[in-house]
Amino acid sequence: MRTRCVIIGAGHSGLAMSRCLSERSIDHVVLERGEVANSWKHERWDSLRLLTPNWQARLPGYSYTGKDPDGYMTMPELIEFLEKYAEVISAPLKLNTEVMSVTTDASHYQVATPQGNWECESLVVASGACNRASIPAIAEAAPASIDMITPMQYRNPDQLQEGGVLVVGASATGLQLAEEIHRSGRPVTLAVGEHVRLPRTYRGRDIQWWMDALGILDERYDEIDDIVRGRNIPSPQLVGSPEHSTLDLNRLTTLGVRLRGRLAGFSEGKAQFSGSLRNVCALADLKMLRLLNTIDEWVIEKGFNTGLGPPQRYEDTEVEESPPLLMDLDKDDIKTILWATGYDADYSWLDIPVLDRKGKIRHDGGMVVSPGMYLMGTALLRRRKSSFIHGAEDDARDLSAHLQAYLNNKIETPEV
Amino acid sequence: MTTTNATVDNGVNVGALLEAREALSEAPEAAKFEWRATCKWVNGTHSNTTIQSFFGLGEEQSHRTEFSYDADHPELFASEDVGATPVEMVLVGLASCLTAGVAAVAQHRGIQLNSVSATLEGGMDVQGILGIDSDVRNGFDGIKVHYDIDADASEDDIKALVAQSQKRSAVFDIVTNPTNVTVEVN
Repeated sequence: MRTRCVIIGAGHSGLAMSRCLSERSIDHVVLERGEVANSWKHERWDSLRLLTPNWQARLPGYSYTGKDPDGYMTMPELIEFLEKYAEVISAPLKLNTEVMSVTTDASHYQVATPQGNWECESLVVASGACNRASIPAIAEAAPASIDMITPMQYRNPDQLQEGGVLVVGASATGLQLAEEIHRSGRPVTLAVGEHVRLPRTYRGRDIQWWMDALGILDERYDEIDDIVRGRNIPSPQLVGSPEHSTLDLNRLTTLGVRLRGRLAGFSEGKAQFSGSLRNVCALADLKMLRLLNTIDEWVIEKGFNTGLGPPQRYEDTEVEESPPLLMDLDKDDIKTILWATGYDADYSWLDIPVLDRKGKIRHDGGMVVSPGMYLMGTALLRRRKSSFIHGAEDDARDLSAHLQAYLNNKIETPEV
Repeated sequence: MTTTNATVDNGVNVGALLEAREALSEAPEAAKFEWRATCKWVNGTHSNTTIQSFFGLGEEQSHRTEFSYDADHPELFASEDVGATPVEMVLVGLASCLTAGVAAVAQHRGIQLNSVSATLEGGMDVQGILGIDSDVRNGFDGIKVHYDIDADASEDDIKALVAQSQKRSAVFDIVTNPTNVTVEVN
């Protein structure tokens, strides 16, 4: 089968790109291993809601029209949103069509699936940034008697044995699950490395409203000083909840969660924690303070004060005098370790040498080093918002324009 | 945050450091260094350690001169006290690493330093090393570092300097995280 472009993945990124290609009358198909919004449907926990408010949920030619613009979508709501979008844009979907391999002969790409092979001139990889839980090598040294689980398998606390849980990782996933599991009566110890602290709302507005207003979400990849570092910044400590509440380490401490340093290893049945807890908390507190100062300065500069609350400052993260560096997992009744240590994309099907030594696709703002190949939906792909639902729109518009020019003129993709 | 202000001079060549960083991210093999020390027992608890060669950028390297350090223990441990104790040398390493970091980060962030001084305290219960109580660890039970910094920057920016220096410090990492140590004989 032949087409001009194959899009791999029918999540928000793939669908946004499909819509943009349709607008440009570029013949294409969207190959999806499962169903629309497959990862959101099958690989997320039950209580998860988006970290962005509903008013921000928009895709090319489509936006949220529900009754709660300030709320945060549950997974069923998001799935419905994306399914409707796929329908509205009449995306040329091939569902339950898993890509087994992608190769190239310099002028065309060959995409192999169990339902047949596709040949195309251009390719859009929109298969997601979170296909696999990323677990550190030290996990291998964890005592065999302890259950291990990743956020890809976790649905709710009832899955876990009664008893203590060590949650490793203090980004959005780690904090949300630490709170939920601790509240279920399983005492949580949280290993905290570098993290990004943010209040849910500031001066009466959602933090995402501020990021949007200040233009932070629109900052481009080629304007950022250290793009490698930028792309590796962990997800901020946020939760989308009906109460719009802030989820930070202090809240967990109040609930009784024990904070420890970054998990450094296991030795003789004991977990070892880094002595850097105080500093990683100080780094995050100071960074948040700089953002709040920037917001306050922006408000004064713009003379913008309609309906805003007064500037707010938050307590520094509370760290006990000498956080223990060792934990005897048996004595402390730890039954489960939950690895909230991030996610990786899975490109095991991609047989084109475009990966760097860290396994990431080499690209310049989504234009992959292999001409005619494009990437969507990864952190800071073209803008800070690139990994957000609404970030797909501008990226899809830019990249579809480039893709069309490539098809028309076979322009070379710039080297990174 | 990253502009290098030409009027700021902390004696750190940030340009060269950034160039090295760029070069090494292209050639990660050259980033593999090995640091070395050679120690000779002198007498009693007195030993002498020298430092000269190291490996880096893919080849053997050498300091401009050999550095020599005598270590001993104080007289109250029935020693001669001809040098600092080894644990104090750990404090030397931590203090000098963090302080170098403060200067480098300040230069990178365009902050002029006027004075920087640090006081370090490593607490230790010597029941551990004397084998009196096996529940007491041999090493420090904690290290406190206090910085006094006079710089042309706000208090929060100075705090951020010190936090960033810890984040990038090798010795801070060595002290706060476990390291496998392999000791062979002959």
